[in-house]
Amino acid sequence: MKLTKILDIAAIAGICVALYFAFMFAPLEKVMGAVQKILYFHVASAWIAFFAFFVTFVLSILFLVKQNYLFDDIAESSAEIGILFCTIVLITGPIWARPIWGVWWTWDPRLTTTTILWFIYAGYLMLRKFIDEPDKRAKFAAAVGIIGFIDVPIVFFSIRWWRTIHPNVVQEGGGGLHPDMTKALLVSVAAFSLLYAAMLVKRTRIALLTRKIDSLEG
Amino acid sequence: MSEPLIKFSNVNKKYGHIHALNDVSVSFDKGEFISVFGPNGAGKSTFLKLLCTMTSPSSGDIFYEGTPLKKLKDDFRSRFGVISHQPFLYSELTAMENLTFYAKLYGVQNIEDRIKELLGKVELYKRRNDKVRGYSRGMLQRLSITRALLHNPYIVVLDEPYTGLDTHASDILTKILVELFDNKHTIIMVTHNMKQGFDASSRLAIIRRGKLVFDEKRDNVTLDEFEHVYTEAVS
Amino acid sequence: MTYLSTVAAIVRKDLLHELKSREIVVSMLLFSILTVVVFSFIFEPGSEFKNRVVGGILWMSVTFAGILGLNKSMMSEVNGGNFSALLLAPVDRSAIFFGKAISNFMFMMIVQLITVPLFIVLYNVNIFHTSFMPMTVFLMGTWGFAILGTLFSIISVNTRTREVMLPLLLLPVMVPVILASVQALNIYILGLDVAESYKWLKLLAVFDIIFTVVVFAVFDFIVED
Repeated sequence: MKLTKILDIAAIAGICVALYFAFMFAPLEKVMGAVQKILYFHVASAWIAFFAFFVTFVLSILFLVKQNYLFDDIAESSAEIGILFCTIVLITGPIWARPIWGVWWTWDPRLTTTTILWFIYAGYLMLRKFIDEPDKRAKFAAAVGIIGFIDVPIVFFSIRWWRTIHPNVVQEGGGGLHPDMTKALLVSVAAFSLLYAAMLVKRTRIALLTRKIDSLEG
Repeated sequence: MSEPLIKFSNVNKKYGHIHALNDVSVSFDKGEFISVFGPNGAGKSTFLKLLCTMTSPSSGDIFYEGTPLKKLKDDFRSRFGVISHQPFLYSELTAMENLTFYAKLYGVQNIEDRIKELLGKVELYKRRNDKVRGYSRGMLQRLSITRALLHNPYIVVLDEPYTGLDTHASDILTKILVELFDNKHTIIMVTHNMKQGFDASSRLAIIRRGKLVFDEKRDNVTLDEFEHVYTEAVS
Repeated sequence: MTYLSTVAAIVRKDLLHELKSREIVVSMLLFSILTVVVFSFIFEPGSEFKNRVVGGILWMSVTFAGILGLNKSMMSEVNGGNFSALLLAPVDRSAIFFGKAISNFMFMMIVQLITVPLFIVLYNVNIFHTSFMPMTVFLMGTWGFAILGTLFSIISVNTRTREVMLPLLLLPVMVPVILASVQALNIYILGLDVAESYKWLKLLAVFDIIFTVVVFAVFDFIVED
């Protein structure tokens, strides 16, 4: 109990610090201006999304081997948080791309892979909603959680090869970051990681309670 | 001391918080005919699933002739013949084709003779080359009994076999069960039909809320007594 | 029963079932031809632009017809509880899976045997004019499709929504196969250097191998828990 409280407070504090670093500490980008600030949250969200899906992958394997439903609950919770951050990535990306690249969307390998990732885990979560038996739900979802994650690097490489065949319409932005910008980014990633941990604990607890309620009704 | 045919030792089956089977310890000997009763959702089907290895226990162990479940190979499943309320048959194939396919999977010898013999028993030999799709509910169930007994399993598991059967089909089923019982096959049947279950069996069991609440030799109780016990147990 | 004879028994049963019902191949075939025809409205007849997109059209018709067939194929196992009966049989359960996957693969290949020539006639593009390499694309792409499609169709028919789940699960995961197949076909259609397509073929091979192994490892766990 106490530990989760500390985690909550740390996450909130971390986000405040990250906001300070992003908006006050990090220098204003000369070319892009204020819109560049979105990078700190965009990249941190992407990191959390990938990490969350990785957690789902690991917990899916653990569930299949150990048959412990706690693992299934954590896998589900992590996927749900993952898709939340994945959505943030897909929204913040175009907001940044519009003024910088001049288009809302581009079929850049990373962006496209993230989109596919979003669909894989949207399918994963939808599948869970549509299976009533808890054991089937857990096993089938685990299979999708494992296959989906293994698929991600293959998707990425296939899209990268595809994009290099066609002329690259848009140059990749960014390049070298100012050291203070790197610092702000790292702080942001750390803060988001804390936020992820705090959310995962809460979401897993909800999953456990849901299971308990289902068992009382059954 | 010889090992019992099947032994459940503190078997639990949990689906998350749902405790489908709660600390069940029971053993069955060769040649017994056990009728299992219980209200819906009591854990009967979980019990059957565990029995015929469709699922494995969350904790506890199941032994077959002293060997724990986990150590047994795939081919040990040929000891079981399962008759469910689902037919387990392909509707687009004929009776013959269905049975030949399953006989192959079970490694049955002299497939044709065996099928002929069994189809004769369930009075379906004449219809053997008809598509299963055209069968009536009763014929379907008779054919599915044949399917389950193809490999002469020495443990026969039945899940509500009388559901939806006409009198003729249910008479045939009873006759077959009696014959299996006489031949020292072990029969485990889940049913709602108090009288049929009572008459046929040698042992009675009641499962309620995942627990085995009653387990007695049939000869030790009368039907009236048992019905009384059942009403008390489930209410 | 040995492993291979179990696989063979399943495949033989599926082919017999299909020969009698013709449900899977006929519905897939009609659907894939229909896709090819409907997609022709995208461009002006005879326009040069055509050659750049026909590979994609062909592969999309394979993909969508495949989804249709996979669902149909698995429904015949689930109706009447046959899938449970197969799992109760004293055989290696992954042999059952590979039997089903091979059957599905064969159904899809049969459909392509008819759709592809028809496609060549209707669109007036000979995809085989440089080499017979497209065959490897069809074979490897279809295998990747069949192996994951069979697993996901088992999952899908067990949901409340039945068929709806399959495309939602399968399409995003199949992105590498779709991309590689379409790109390789485009290379052959546009008459570019065949060597250009090798990396796509390699990608297909890697995908097939990885997922054949992964599904083999996972299948036992998900059916018998």
